[in-house]
Amino acid sequence: MSRNGPLALLFHTLFVIFMLAPILVVCLVAFTPEGFLSLPTQGFSLRWFRAIARYPEFINAFWVSLWLGAVASLIAAAFAVPAALAIARHSFRGREALSALFLSPLMIPHVVLGIAFLRFFTQTGLSGTFPALLIAHVVVVFPFALRLTLAAATGMDRSVEMAAVSLGAGSWTLFRRVTLPLILPGVISGWALAFIQSFDELTMTVFLAAPGIETLPVRMFLYIQDNIDPLVTSVSASVIAVTMLALVLLDRFFGLDRVLSGHGDRGR
Amino acid sequence: MAFLELDGVTKRFGPHVAVEQLDLTVAKGEFVSLLGPSGCGKTTTLQMIAGFLDLTGGAIRLEGRNLAEIHPSRRGLGIVFQSYALFPHMTAAENVAFGLEMRRVPAAERAERVEAALAMVGLAGFADRYPRRMSGGQQQRVALARALVIRPSLLLLDEPLSNLDAKLREEMQIELRQIQRNLGTTTILVTHDQVEAMSLSDRIVVMNTGRVEQIGTPQETYERPASAFVANFLGKTNEFAGTIEAGTQPARIVAGSWSAPAPAGFSGPVTVSVRPEKIGFAGAGQGLAARVAIRIFQGNHWLFQCETECGPAIVIRQNDGMAQPAEGEAVRLAWRPEDMSLRAAGVRP
Amino acid sequence: MTAASSAPQPAPVTAAPAAPAPAAGGAGTGTPWPLVLPALMLFVAVVLIPLAMTVLLSFNDWGQYKGIEQVFILKNWREIWEDDYFLEMFLRTFRIAVLATLITALLGAPEAYILNRMQGRWKGFFLLVILGPLLISVVARTLGWALLFGGANGVVNKALMSLGVIGAPIPFMFTETGVVVALAHVMMPFMVLSVWAALQRVDPQIENAAMSLGAGHATILRRIVLPQIMPGILSGAIIVFSLSASAFATPSIIGGRRLKVAATLAYDEFLNTLNWPLGAAVAVLLLVALVLIVVGSNALIERRYAEVFR
Repeated sequence: MSRNGPLALLFHTLFVIFMLAPILVVCLVAFTPEGFLSLPTQGFSLRWFRAIARYPEFINAFWVSLWLGAVASLIAAAFAVPAALAIARHSFRGREALSALFLSPLMIPHVVLGIAFLRFFTQTGLSGTFPALLIAHVVVVFPFALRLTLAAATGMDRSVEMAAVSLGAGSWTLFRRVTLPLILPGVISGWALAFIQSFDELTMTVFLAAPGIETLPVRMFLYIQDNIDPLVTSVSASVIAVTMLALVLLDRFFGLDRVLSGHGDRGR
Repeated sequence: MAFLELDGVTKRFGPHVAVEQLDLTVAKGEFVSLLGPSGCGKTTTLQMIAGFLDLTGGAIRLEGRNLAEIHPSRRGLGIVFQSYALFPHMTAAENVAFGLEMRRVPAAERAERVEAALAMVGLAGFADRYPRRMSGGQQQRVALARALVIRPSLLLLDEPLSNLDAKLREEMQIELRQIQRNLGTTTILVTHDQVEAMSLSDRIVVMNTGRVEQIGTPQETYERPASAFVANFLGKTNEFAGTIEAGTQPARIVAGSWSAPAPAGFSGPVTVSVRPEKIGFAGAGQGLAARVAIRIFQGNHWLFQCETECGPAIVIRQNDGMAQPAEGEAVRLAWRPEDMSLRAAGVRP
Repeated sequence: MTAASSAPQPAPVTAAPAAPAPAAGGAGTGTPWPLVLPALMLFVAVVLIPLAMTVLLSFNDWGQYKGIEQVFILKNWREIWEDDYFLEMFLRTFRIAVLATLITALLGAPEAYILNRMQGRWKGFFLLVILGPLLISVVARTLGWALLFGGANGVVNKALMSLGVIGAPIPFMFTETGVVVALAHVMMPFMVLSVWAALQRVDPQIENAAMSLGAGHATILRRIVLPQIMPGILSGAIIVFSLSASAFATPSIIGGRRLKVAATLAYDEFLNTLNWPLGAAVAVLLLVALVLIVVGSNALIERRYAEVFR
């Protein structure tokens, strides 16, 4: 394959700068020693990272986000595994409609979902509670868990299961000893992607968040609405660092382009 | 009593008929091949015996019990899949042990039997390998060991050798036949490879578009094909249009310049079918007049593409060191009457 | 929906089908209710019912002092229809979305192509660099643009002014241009990903084949490469467009209170004005418009490219 010419590499360089500049500037400003927004030209300082400790609402929001993401993704994965097996394995009337319904949170604007959830939970008296937030997040991240599990289930060699049955495995043994282990990479990468989606979700959550159960993106958003100062950059930089870590792990284990384009099975 | 009995087995997928009225009885210890091109219904038949597909009609009985009443996981059959279907997350030994675990065989006996099974297929030192780290041939052996270790009443092989290269395939054929003979396990093999079917089986079931074309020993199906399909599917064959001339006494069969005494039971136009290796070059004035169009050297034999009075013909001659006709040379083709098979022309037997 | 909350949508043409045909053999033909029921019940209870409630809500009445009144009237819909403010707002929303889509297509498609031609390790590294931001909080990414161009204190503005290139800060915050650029940045990974996926299915030898037949670089790009990645560009465009049209965080942070788009307006009606029925009507209208546009363009693309990509 021929290589890129100088013009292509110039374009590529500018493109990468365009993509990274806003992220880099956030990370740089976070290290400013000044009391206002500026690049750390006079040396780096951690004062704004230390300052986070004085704002318990950010710390609290971080834990809310972490728990919410972990639990919501786990529940979503638990719902997704049987659904994915059904869609991958069976042909039945309404199968297409069903998978469209399960993927619909990707198509419906999150602002609409936020409004619908707010209305629903207000009517049912759950508004402003953690369970309400949890249920909403399960639904919103469900498509991510489903798609990667579905890809794994579809890519699986059915004759492996037939072999297990012919050797005497009952349906529960079959699932536990053969099917689940084989689709596990897809389930785990689905869980991880779902977690990141939940961790970053703002638009829908902003309708449901209440004092005490604000997620980190909501806290950051509301803070920025009032004023932009170095504190919010250090919080953002921390979020970016955590995300990058998850990203590198996800890429190492599953291949980022595969995870993001919804092909959860690991090649080979 | 027949060990395995397929009685009018039929499978339809919607309007499509995959298998129609298949009757077959298999004796204990017998090795039977289902042979045919893809889509002929052979794999469907195997899947119905295994229980992965339900029958549309008919019944399958194993030692007198109707298999429809037995769940696939309780049939106790050993199956080797085309893809091997090894459990990728288990080692070779764990793969082989799986069926024994399901049967709650005690751990000590299990280990013993797994070891013996792996040794039997020549994989004694590979117990802790994962399938991913094994060659195709080794994976194939693990699959065979896994199917045999449960001492199945019936062994089903679904194109087990088709993913191996030619040389390895030949080796595995010999090995498979030895193992099967030693254990005496009744075996059904599904294959599209006529050489494999002939070299392994006691009997061959030739299938086409869901129907049985012929059931017989390898020699019977090769030497006395019951139909044009069988003749063509089991190796190359030459077909000449001929006629029975009843005017002379005794009647003679004539194809171009070739003629021979006619066998009983035929009249009018017939199709003469002769295997390429059964045709020889005769002296002037005898046999069918022909001309060598192309001559190809293939090591242990020569292959001649000839133009005869009755259309093209292929002749295969052993490379015995003798001089062979050159391209363009006029030749005479002859064969012994017992080496040909006759069919009434234009009629599908 | 925010970009933050949304990684890849079901890409209509390029991505794997959402519901692949089930493998033959052993698969039942009846509905596997025990497997499907848990998720189905969840979705009926928590997606379909709330959406229906929202549609109903948009027909309710609302007053400053009486709050929401559960009646069935067309007041909100008539208000949206008659007040030019809403027309202008929806036009702005879709104008921003179209422009952001164009930018991502014009920059993202060439970048995906260049990326695909890179050598192994660099390819993986830059793929990570370009797709990675997809997973980074959209609030943090948008904040970056505010820091770069935010008034006289913005990093770029400050640098350019001290160099004397510009006299006054480049207007970025609270402008449509700013929203478009920041949105294009936020959505760019989707486009690159979509075109990338299409490129993976192009035979790498095909360009050499064209070259051996005498085609120049420009011809190869135009006649050989572009037609093959077009479905990827189009499905990427659909994703970017629908996400941009419903974006919330970026228009809210960059656009501020004056430059309203559909999502931020609905948010205001709900959490500031508290006129839920009107907010619900705006949201429902956004949803309906997007569904029509996405389904319509999917159908067009599929018809156009059905033969090329089986």
